[in-house]
Amino acid sequence: MSATLEVKDLSTHFFTRAGVVKAVDSISFSVERGQVLGLVGESGSGKTVTGLSIMGLVDRPGRIVSGSIKLAGQELVGLSERDWRTIRGRKIAMIFQDPMMTLNPVLRIDTQMIETVLAHADVSRESARERSRQALSRVGIPSPDERLTAYPHQFSGGMRQRVAIAIALLHDPELIIADEPTTALDVTIQAQIIAQVQKLAAETGTSIVWVTHDLAVVSGLSDRLAVMYAGRLIEEGPTAEVLRHPHHPYTLGLLNSLPINNPQGQPLNQIPGSTPSLLRLPPGCPFGPRCSHRQDDCASAAPPETSVDHGVRLRCFHPVARQGALA
Amino acid sequence: MTDAALVTTLPPVETPFRIFVSDFVRNKIAVSALAIIVVLALLAIFAPWVTPQNPYDLTQISIFDNMLKPGEKSMDGKFFLLGSDEQGRDMLSAMIYGLRMSLFVSATATAIALLVGVSMGVTAAYFGGRVDTAIMRLVDLQLSFPAILIALILLAALGKGIDKVILALMLVQWAYYARTVRGNALVERRREYIEAAQCLALPRYIIIFKHLLPNCLPPLIVVATVQVAHAISLEATLSFLGVGVPITEPSLGLLISNGYKYILSGKYWVSVFPGLMLLLTILSINLVGDHLRDVLNPRLKA
Amino acid sequence: MLAFILRRIGQSAFVILAMAALVFLSVFAIGNPIDILLAPDADQIEREQAIVRLGLDKPMWEQFFVFLVNMLHGDLGRSFVHGSDAVHLILGRLPATLELAIVALFLAALVGVPLGVIAGMKSDTWVGRSIMTGSIVGFSLPNFWFGIMMILLFAVELQWLPSGGRGPTGTLFGLEFSLLNPAGWPNLIMPAMTLAIYKVSLVIRLACAGTREALLQDYVRFARAKGLSRTRIIGVHVLKNILIPIVTVLGLELGSMIAFAVVTETVFAWPGMGKLLIDSIARLDRPVIVAYLMIVVAMFAMINLIVDILYSVLDPRVRITETAG
Repeated sequence: MSATLEVKDLSTHFFTRAGVVKAVDSISFSVERGQVLGLVGESGSGKTVTGLSIMGLVDRPGRIVSGSIKLAGQELVGLSERDWRTIRGRKIAMIFQDPMMTLNPVLRIDTQMIETVLAHADVSRESARERSRQALSRVGIPSPDERLTAYPHQFSGGMRQRVAIAIALLHDPELIIADEPTTALDVTIQAQIIAQVQKLAAETGTSIVWVTHDLAVVSGLSDRLAVMYAGRLIEEGPTAEVLRHPHHPYTLGLLNSLPINNPQGQPLNQIPGSTPSLLRLPPGCPFGPRCSHRQDDCASAAPPETSVDHGVRLRCFHPVARQGALA
Repeated sequence: MTDAALVTTLPPVETPFRIFVSDFVRNKIAVSALAIIVVLALLAIFAPWVTPQNPYDLTQISIFDNMLKPGEKSMDGKFFLLGSDEQGRDMLSAMIYGLRMSLFVSATATAIALLVGVSMGVTAAYFGGRVDTAIMRLVDLQLSFPAILIALILLAALGKGIDKVILALMLVQWAYYARTVRGNALVERRREYIEAAQCLALPRYIIIFKHLLPNCLPPLIVVATVQVAHAISLEATLSFLGVGVPITEPSLGLLISNGYKYILSGKYWVSVFPGLMLLLTILSINLVGDHLRDVLNPRLKA
Repeated sequence: MLAFILRRIGQSAFVILAMAALVFLSVFAIGNPIDILLAPDADQIEREQAIVRLGLDKPMWEQFFVFLVNMLHGDLGRSFVHGSDAVHLILGRLPATLELAIVALFLAALVGVPLGVIAGMKSDTWVGRSIMTGSIVGFSLPNFWFGIMMILLFAVELQWLPSGGRGPTGTLFGLEFSLLNPAGWPNLIMPAMTLAIYKVSLVIRLACAGTREALLQDYVRFARAKGLSRTRIIGVHVLKNILIPIVTVLGLELGSMIAFAVVTETVFAWPGMGKLLIDSIARLDRPVIVAYLMIVVAMFAMINLIVDILYSVLDPRVRITETAG
């Protein structure tokens, strides 16, 4: 049996006037049925573009230049726009970061839900409406009948995100791309939404790619963790393994900069410097200039992907020693 | 010689003006439009020397030459490229003189309006408080009514005349400049360089003229370009309605108005050609203005 | 909300007062009001009677007050030419002008919105650029000349449409409308198109900018992620968002359409109030001029007021920012 999602050597580049931006550069990963993959990185690391590539939503001047994306064995790269439409919203759904912006402000909730049902299912308006109502109650929205006729601005941020999730779940997709769906929400709401998504995914066997910059959010949620830096996947493996024994200095740096891993009253650990411009990447390891484990060979060539123990893949010449993690 | 060679080999300095010029010439339509404007302006300025006849000089025109078709010759062998009007005037000459009148009236009105508007805008921004409120209320009131209505009120009360048309065209424009300058000046005033100039205790007029105004210039140029085109169009419209310039010195609008009488009898040239020239003038200015807006707007460039 | 409406009504009243003062000053105070208000052939006795009747022997502020009181009674004098009450004369011409302006507004929206949306979707292609350049041509066309060219083409050369006049009308509530009588439609086409052409350009610009902005919004991306068709995304999600500002602007433009109808009505001999104004200016029929100006100013103040209030009532988001801010 093949995995729900198999991404192989995917490269998505943006051809701007200033030059070619390799937003996603030859990354590979897969997600099994019912599993959650946490895709972690700073802003500009290419994690969102990865998500959009899987949705076939990369717009000019960007495009997928090479690689393959397989959904339950079906190749998605190179599909026509018409074929993409039968995948989007039905087999792969997406939840976006800001629930204030994703729902159309001038259309009622029922309009936005029913159109999604009708886009993929040949049913009557009445049954589409009924399906929408059930989807709303499934994500824990009280009195869904009333809420259906409301406008987005009449909902709180958390409720709006629930509506977006309900829309994503309308066709029981095989895969959901969640692009920082809790970043814009309060912490308490965040936890509710995460628990909700976990429960629903477990019920339906839906796989999830959870894109975030927040390691703390995905640590309790994901089965596997993939860390991106400057368009490349630098470390990927089972969540528990990666968290306990980060091999890449960048992953270690991310973990150490979490407030919870810092003694109280002391300044937070931080990674010096900032993400490099993707237009002018250094020839060697992109993380090299900021890396505390840097050695001379790091600047000459980009480290290739290597497999280490416990199913972890890595791109680093000088990984962190195993015991060096959460002390 | 060696000095000259040295100078030419130096790389050009990237002044804002140079960047602006190099950005501007990238658009071929806008450059052609600018060239057309220059040609039209030169035609208007040198009208007495370039036209086949002086349409105001009654000794040069003959009523027997009236309503000749384009390309026809009169009995005494004069050639009328674009035909003649009901008084026997050569259309081409009348059009160039009409353009001269249209451009003169609009440019003068715009120049005065710029002076008034900029002063009002700077005053409002620099003094703030009640002065600002009073001026801006006036601007809002003015801008809430269409230009043509204001011009009609004025000309209905004052009567015809070149000076009155200029006054009307000035009145409908100044508020735009005042608003533009005030808006930009308020932004610029909070910038550090103005504070620095104030700390140096420079006199107010130096701060205003050397520091504030040059920075308000780009948006002002864009607004002024659009407004000049608007003024030319409005002048033509007012003259067509019979409340503009006097019949003795017809502008393009009045020429069209004269031709309007002959439209139903199929004598198209008296109104078609002046209209084309008017359209060409306004369109060229608008094309340049549209491109200027793209070039001078820093938000669009990013 | 009530405070907002009351404040806006106060502002409108102030605008009308200010314009009344302006009209009063320009018509009554500049030059000799007797020359302006009386027919040029009036004799000496008539003149003296008029001075007393008009209160011209009284101080200026008192004259202005009398002018205002008369205005509130709907009395702005009698037309020299028509001999009838100036206000009634103008209001009688109002339906023709209103009809022309409203038909032109709809025409502008019907033509401008689709073109603007296409230009916004294809802004990088020659199609988009041609539409935008075309809109600059539309802005640049001298309106009256465009009208004349239409007459030349459709009335003189092709002889498809009548060159002017209103043609047959239908009657509703005692008012005459061309729309109600299909035989009158040919007369309406060219004036309405001429009046609309400038607004078409305006709508194209608004729709293009709105579409370009909307296409970058997350809700469009989400709609695509839902697997919706392009037609549905553009026709519902984008259109509904850009229509709110366009309708608002068009509503506000109704006033300027009425003012600009002066030109169109003159070209096409359309018997509206604008044509009446130009005829009155040509014949120095001052009471009609004053009445026209005051009526149009009042209409303007009303339209601005209604649009402002409607906007704050209709758009849910405006209300939220009003209460929050």
